[in-house]
Amino acid sequence: MIKILKYTLFDLLRSRSLLFYLAFYLAFTFGLFGLSADIQKVLISMMNVMLILVPLISTMLGVMYYYNSREFTELLLAQPIRRRDIFLGQFMGLSGSMAMALVVGVGLPFVWFGVGTSPFFVQFLILLGSGVVLTFIFCALAFFIALRNEDRIRGFGLAILVWLVFAIVYDGVFLLALALWSDYPLEKFALATSLLNPIDLSRILIMLQLDIAALMGFTGAVFKKFLGTALGSAVAVGVLVLWVLGPLAAIHAVAARKDF
Amino acid sequence: MKYLVVWMVWLWIGLWPCSMKGASWWVYGKCEWTDIQSAIERAAPCDTVWVNGGVWRVDHPIVIDKPLVVLGKNRPIIDGGGGKGDLLLITADDVELSGFTFRHMGINYVEDVAAVRAESVRNVYIHHNVLENTFFAIYLAHVRGGEVAYNRIVGGAVEENNSGNAIHAWYCSELRIHHNEVQGHRDGIYFEFVDESRIYNNHSHDNLRYGLHFMFSDDDVYYQNTFAHNGAGVAVMFSRRIHMWQNRFMHNWGGASFGLLLKEIYDAQIQGNTFSKNTIGIFVEGSNRIQYRHNLFRANGWAIKMNGGCMDNVITENEFVYNTFDLAIQVANESNSYDRNYWSEYSGYDLDRDGVGDVPYRPVKLFAWVVQQTPEAMILLRSLFIDLLNFSEKVSPVLTPAAVMDHQPLMHPLLQ
Repeated sequence: MIKILKYTLFDLLRSRSLLFYLAFYLAFTFGLFGLSADIQKVLISMMNVMLILVPLISTMLGVMYYYNSREFTELLLAQPIRRRDIFLGQFMGLSGSMAMALVVGVGLPFVWFGVGTSPFFVQFLILLGSGVVLTFIFCALAFFIALRNEDRIRGFGLAILVWLVFAIVYDGVFLLALALWSDYPLEKFALATSLLNPIDLSRILIMLQLDIAALMGFTGAVFKKFLGTALGSAVAVGVLVLWVLGPLAAIHAVAARKDF
Repeated sequence: MKYLVVWMVWLWIGLWPCSMKGASWWVYGKCEWTDIQSAIERAAPCDTVWVNGGVWRVDHPIVIDKPLVVLGKNRPIIDGGGGKGDLLLITADDVELSGFTFRHMGINYVEDVAAVRAESVRNVYIHHNVLENTFFAIYLAHVRGGEVAYNRIVGGAVEENNSGNAIHAWYCSELRIHHNEVQGHRDGIYFEFVDESRIYNNHSHDNLRYGLHFMFSDDDVYYQNTFAHNGAGVAVMFSRRIHMWQNRFMHNWGGASFGLLLKEIYDAQIQGNTFSKNTIGIFVEGSNRIQYRHNLFRANGWAIKMNGGCMDNVITENEFVYNTFDLAIQVANESNSYDRNYWSEYSGYDLDRDGVGDVPYRPVKLFAWVVQQTPEAMILLRSLFIDLLNFSEKVSPVLTPAAVMDHQPLMHPLLQ
């Protein structure tokens, strides 16, 4: 598995898409620091960018990588290697290297501009952590989609759809539900609903750590109170871990049965 | 200018019946008098009592019951020793009190005890004192024509229900309160039934509730004050004709905080103030005929949040820069005018280059409107869906209230 992970990594490095990804984050974050030296403002801007881009690019690269390395995968399948090791190795190679690119690309400028000594270090860690987790989640989803669909167009379409649902449609339906049932106390409903979407959950986790949480009023206070407890943070982390493990288990199940 | 000064001095001497007339009495630790109260008793009206240094432990309040000038030299300390009574009581007109340090009072749950209390007098002049860890610091009741200036009042208030106000005025008129620094109390400056008074150049910060609080007070002016890091900056309630200008409301940040709260305020003028980094810049409720002009709203959560019952307000020539929401309103069809402001989010154009945008600006974002209807939706703040929603509404407005519109948005900032 480690060997496959390594091959995947070298393959990705050769294709330069990863380097481009890294360079983009480096340039963007340094650029933001150039515009404003206020670490909190840069954190908020980076949060906005990361919550959109990380899931999108993870899904796209995941699907793309699977389809591009299909011949190599078939070659590997002909060898006496366990299927689980092949796919898990590829997944870990891709998502691990993307997560590294994210951590270096975003982390380096922040460290350069002194986040380590600023009061926003915890927020910064949460931002990076949720970025990494989102990378894993959406890579896994992408692998699952690609495994299920031999047709590339269909696979890409589905991947984009999944991203669209989590990034936009989910919030739209959520808002609609809130508006429809505004006569009822909805804090617990809102809490449960946003726990189920990893993008929303990451956004709220970061926002509650920032000053901007004061704008969120009563609902924000309910969230803060819940996520501030040991149980709340355990639930949040648990949900995120489940979001990684769920698709991985699905990949495992599909790969075991699939006829290549 | 010289003549003006001379004239002012004469005027001051004339108006202040005691000054430069009486004899001087000295109170030392070991000298002529060893106790401030007996010195006051021996002094004739219009005399000056000097207190030179020392720590004066007070168990019964010092009472100044005749027109005197009581001055501290070398900062004498009046120590309450944690007791539950007043420290100094002024019951005569024309008393001047200066140069003292008052400290260490206990909490009194029954009475509003104060370090310096003036009751039913005229022309009290309290200046250049330091008040540390007092309950109520300076308490004026039924005072007409007083001045409280250059005092430094530092409290250690922790909870609202067992703390007092720094400067508390009740049923007063013609007060001047200026150049004080007040912090660590429930309210920095509190006015109840106080008319025709002026509050200026004060710095009120880190108070639990409000930096400055008006209740039922009419015709007052406050200007060039700074209100920072208070539970909420200034609350003006049930008052008429209050003028507020060139104040700075900063960093009043928290779940229920605001820079300025207006509740049942009529005919006020709010001019040239700076609101920066408050959760809500101005929170308005049931306030009519108010002029907002030349104010700068920068980096607030909401610049102005209007609840119901606000009519005939004019908001013009203000600057709204980088606020999360410029304006939130509850009722759309009220007769308020929002014309000729500068909005940093305005993206219109100005073809004839007259400095006024050709496309009207709608200051209420769709999301602000949605949040007003369903507060829980706030949890979606800064999500991609909300950004898209706001953008589409900006391109073709359907849902945001059409009556709330700046017909002549300015292209360039006015104030900087």
